[in-house]
Amino acid sequence: MSEVVSALHGRRTEGSVAVRDTGPRGMIQVRGDLGAEALQSVCREVAGSGFPGQGGAEVSDQGAVLWMSPDEVLVLTARDRAAEGVTRIGAALAGTHHLAVDVSDARAVIALEGAGLREVLARLTPANMHPEAFRPGQMRRTRLAQVAAGIWLTSETSAELICFRSVADYVFDLLANAAASPAVGHLPVA
Amino acid sequence: MSTRLATGGRLIDRGARVEFTFNGKRLSGYAGDTLASAMLGAGQTLMGRSFKYHRPRGVVASGAEEPNALMGIGTDGHFEPNQRATTQELFPGLTARSQNHWPSLEFDVGGINKHLSRFLPAGFYYKMFIHPRPFWKHVYEPFIRQSAGLGAAPRDRDADTYEHYYAHVDVLIAGGGIAGLAAALAAGRAGAKVLLVEQAGHWGGRAPVDGAVIDGKPAEAWIKDAVQTLEDMDNVDLRLRCMAAGVYDHGYALCYERLTDHLADKAGPRHRLWRVRAGRIVTATGAIERPLSFAGNDIPGVMLASAVRDYVVNWAVSPGDRTVVVTNNDDAYRTAIALKKAGLEVPAVIDARAAPEGPLVEEVKSLGVKVLSGKAIAKVKGRKFVTGVAIAAQAGEGAVLEEIACDAVAVSGGWSPVVHLWSHCGGKLTWDEAQAAFRPNPDKGPTGADGAVFVIPAGAANGEMATSSVLSDAHAAGAKAAGADAGDAPTAEVTAEGPIAPVWMMPQGAKPELRAKAWLDYQNDVKVSDVQLAAREGFESVEHAKRYTTLGMATDQGKLSNINGLATLAHALGEDIPQVGTTTFRPPYTPISMGSIAGEARGALFQPLRRSPLHGWHEANGADFEPVGHWRRPYTFKRGDESREQSVAREINNTRQGLGLLDASTLGKIIVKGPDAGRFMDMLYTNMMSTLAPGKCRYGLMCSENGFLMDDGVVARLDEDTFLCHTTSGGADRVHAHMEEWLQTEWWDWKVYTANLTEQYAQIAVVGPKARKVLEKLGGMDLSAETLPFMGWATGTLAGIPARVFRISFSGELSFEVAVAAGQGLALWEALMEAGQEFGVMPYGTEALHVMRAEKGFIMIGDETEGTVIPQDLGLSWAISKKKDDYIGKRGQEREFLASPDRWKLVGLQTLDGSVLPEGAYAVAEGTNANGQRNTQGRVTSTYHSPTLDRGIAMGLVKDGPDRMGEVLTFPRVDGTGVEARIVSPVFFDPEGEKQNV
Repeated sequence: MSEVVSALHGRRTEGSVAVRDTGPRGMIQVRGDLGAEALQSVCREVAGSGFPGQGGAEVSDQGAVLWMSPDEVLVLTARDRAAEGVTRIGAALAGTHHLAVDVSDARAVIALEGAGLREVLARLTPANMHPEAFRPGQMRRTRLAQVAAGIWLTSETSAELICFRSVADYVFDLLANAAASPAVGHLPVA
Repeated sequence: MSTRLATGGRLIDRGARVEFTFNGKRLSGYAGDTLASAMLGAGQTLMGRSFKYHRPRGVVASGAEEPNALMGIGTDGHFEPNQRATTQELFPGLTARSQNHWPSLEFDVGGINKHLSRFLPAGFYYKMFIHPRPFWKHVYEPFIRQSAGLGAAPRDRDADTYEHYYAHVDVLIAGGGIAGLAAALAAGRAGAKVLLVEQAGHWGGRAPVDGAVIDGKPAEAWIKDAVQTLEDMDNVDLRLRCMAAGVYDHGYALCYERLTDHLADKAGPRHRLWRVRAGRIVTATGAIERPLSFAGNDIPGVMLASAVRDYVVNWAVSPGDRTVVVTNNDDAYRTAIALKKAGLEVPAVIDARAAPEGPLVEEVKSLGVKVLSGKAIAKVKGRKFVTGVAIAAQAGEGAVLEEIACDAVAVSGGWSPVVHLWSHCGGKLTWDEAQAAFRPNPDKGPTGADGAVFVIPAGAANGEMATSSVLSDAHAAGAKAAGADAGDAPTAEVTAEGPIAPVWMMPQGAKPELRAKAWLDYQNDVKVSDVQLAAREGFESVEHAKRYTTLGMATDQGKLSNINGLATLAHALGEDIPQVGTTTFRPPYTPISMGSIAGEARGALFQPLRRSPLHGWHEANGADFEPVGHWRRPYTFKRGDESREQSVAREINNTRQGLGLLDASTLGKIIVKGPDAGRFMDMLYTNMMSTLAPGKCRYGLMCSENGFLMDDGVVARLDEDTFLCHTTSGGADRVHAHMEEWLQTEWWDWKVYTANLTEQYAQIAVVGPKARKVLEKLGGMDLSAETLPFMGWATGTLAGIPARVFRISFSGELSFEVAVAAGQGLALWEALMEAGQEFGVMPYGTEALHVMRAEKGFIMIGDETEGTVIPQDLGLSWAISKKKDDYIGKRGQEREFLASPDRWKLVGLQTLDGSVLPEGAYAVAEGTNANGQRNTQGRVTSTYHSPTLDRGIAMGLVKDGPDRMGEVLTFPRVDGTGVEARIVSPVFFDPEGEKQNV
């Protein structure tokens, strides 16, 4: 099997806020009854993390479950475990109305690192990036300039975001451009 | 003549000389100067020419309201026209040029227009240039455009960068004068998140100039303390050089921060556009002084009284040795006091009021200044600069009583609260008779989502003019905005002032020749006589009179002229000012740069560019791209010196005879899954999809509710519950949204989920007689005709990569579309290119795709359809199920017009001479229609040169087309000649489909 390449081929920038391609990532789109224990538990198992409430992001070392909409979550895991994850979810939910598909290659995952990352994002997203409004453990679906994105904080000084694969370079360039700009000084710095 | 005073100037640093140039002339000022104060300090009073008559103009104001002193600032990529010298801070090396003059500022040929002014009254252009019609475009307009117009458009690409910034705050405060500071202190102490923005480069507004004493301290000291207190609050962000430009629905506001306009070092973003969501917006935007309307009030040297004392106190600039003050209120007396304190002469204060009295009047008199009450300026003397004023009785018609020599005139007609931001989102105004000014009507403010008024005016912007009431009002506004009590308001010493006398014309009975020289709008050259003429000609609405006269339509949007203009109109109509009303205030408050609006969206970031997983390979291998939606797809892969046409022909011939590869990754791929998926698919498509067997594919049509064909593509049934819908490249998002809309709003109880997997897969079409051979060479799947027949699909691995292979064809050739995970698309493509060497493989682009599908008579969404075409028009009735009760669009297609037998229908068109029909050409019919145009009977929808057949081929929609095979139609070309084409079957190549079924 040939090696899987991410859309951004490992691009990265350094600076006070670094922008980095996180490489291939396993991603499973799951739609169904989010209140069902069977769905929650299989997602927890596949991701190795908790299961989020509305607007939440449950992140662990192995993976994450991100709340996308009232009937949809995104399960993150290692790229080489995605296919198996889809199978497990399918097996656990057999007989119930659901959808579980591998979307690992449909999206890019970009990481931001640095104390000023909130202001980098606030140049591009209309979502409120104030520390009181957006905290680790929250998932924010929004837009970055002209395209859709989803953002979650992995700590006070690091964040990850997803965008569609075809616009990965656009989003990376947006973030790199915003990160190169002098600090605005509006939001409190972590 | 203006000059720099030896001492004083609270904003300038005399230790820091700053060199700049004006029209190439080297001048110098001090750090802290504005361009206007530096020019006045250097004796440069003439700053520009007016728009229509090219009259010489000097600076009138000291801030954002300035109508005259507009400059082109900077050079090359940093050049920007129409910048106000009053708000441009001085920096070393600043380059300014005056505008609207030829050949020079001092001698301007267009100034001759001023002698023609009696021939250029209001509405002149409308009246003069209406006939003959063609003359407007070819004669009048070019001439007028050359003589009119303000700044020159930049010639170079903007060298600066810009950015946006989204902020969410509890309270946005517009204006950093004492009102804004008091409001911010109140809101900040109450714990609200506050953003305080001030358009100028310093805090405190004009309170220090006016000598206010606050909380027992001089205003300057109080401001310093207030700013320090606010800076110490973590919940308050203070921004200088940041203007609140507009207020919009739901507490949204735009603020315009100028980051480098005041610096010699232009590194970093030039402007930052703040896109603010605020719970409440406090407008502490102050007030603007009005001029008075008297003859010659536009001559350089006539300035607002407040601006005169600003220049003296802030920048130690004297506008002239002898300044006459003319007023209808007490405030202007402060100017006389400031001038006297600076050691300058004030020959007289001319007060239109019969008996002015009060402490300010007494103080002026005690300084030895003559106060002429009940008097008016009959006219100002001088041309490029003031030489004196002629005095008359305000009550009379302008008979001159005496003349006073002077070189400046300080004028005050009262103050207008800056109500722009209050009004942007619908706040209403009320006329304050006592102050002769419009002020916010507290009962009719703009309301937000919570039903409450979200804009709170404060201080002078709320019509509170005395320092003490400014502070208490602003403090209350800040507390209200924060929704909390905020303790005691600052207090100020009270200076009693006598009442203002409304004066809209000076003298009140001014003769016509005086009215024709009394300017209302300096920038657009509108005079009292123009507005009066508009009233006489029936322009009774203020909005009509504005457009007819152009009053208030220049770049300053009439900040000085609007109230005087509408008062003049009201007077001419015999109505009260509130009955006439104001024109509409619209954002931005003052112009903001185009660059700030664009933000980062320029160059490579102008628009998102969607890249397929193979985009990099295409770029590296000579792809000639074309836009398809936001995608860039290879149109063709040119080799050597080939033309586009030669390249496309080579790709087609190679594919038909050997092997071609197409990147089909951009095709939409949407999963539809659930127990009700079959039922849903039957509604989405005109075909019967629920009977499709797993493992099979079917071509399907999708219509809008109105019955029009909106998308097409191949549907594969993956299992009992799951369908994979291929859509057009541009249609994927729209079709997915269409599905979700029907599921969420109409069939919410159907058990169906959808997922847009377009970008999960790289999809490669392997096309041509050698297609199976190359795939077999990669190995891993049995793709024989028996195992994988036409319109079937199978999964397996190819070259070690998990793949789903669809045996479908859009070219008429043996064809497989191979879908693999996007991250492995390049690996598969390269494996195919390598394995295909021996079969002569070549990639082909979208044009070859289009030509090959046209040779086969396959329709293309967007060519054969344009939103008004139904499947029945295209000979696709076979794809419309007769067995179903319903599908989206069925009812629409039954409407009389769509069911009519007279609709134009799809046919092939073959030119008699083998040429290519022009795109979009119409077939003419006998006779003419009601408009005298030739009747038509059909049109070309797709037209190409077919390399396979070596002649032009086309498809078109023709009336009764399928019943007229063999008939010849004529298609006129734009050059007047015509092309004859025969109606034929749209399938030009391999009508039996033998090539794809092998």
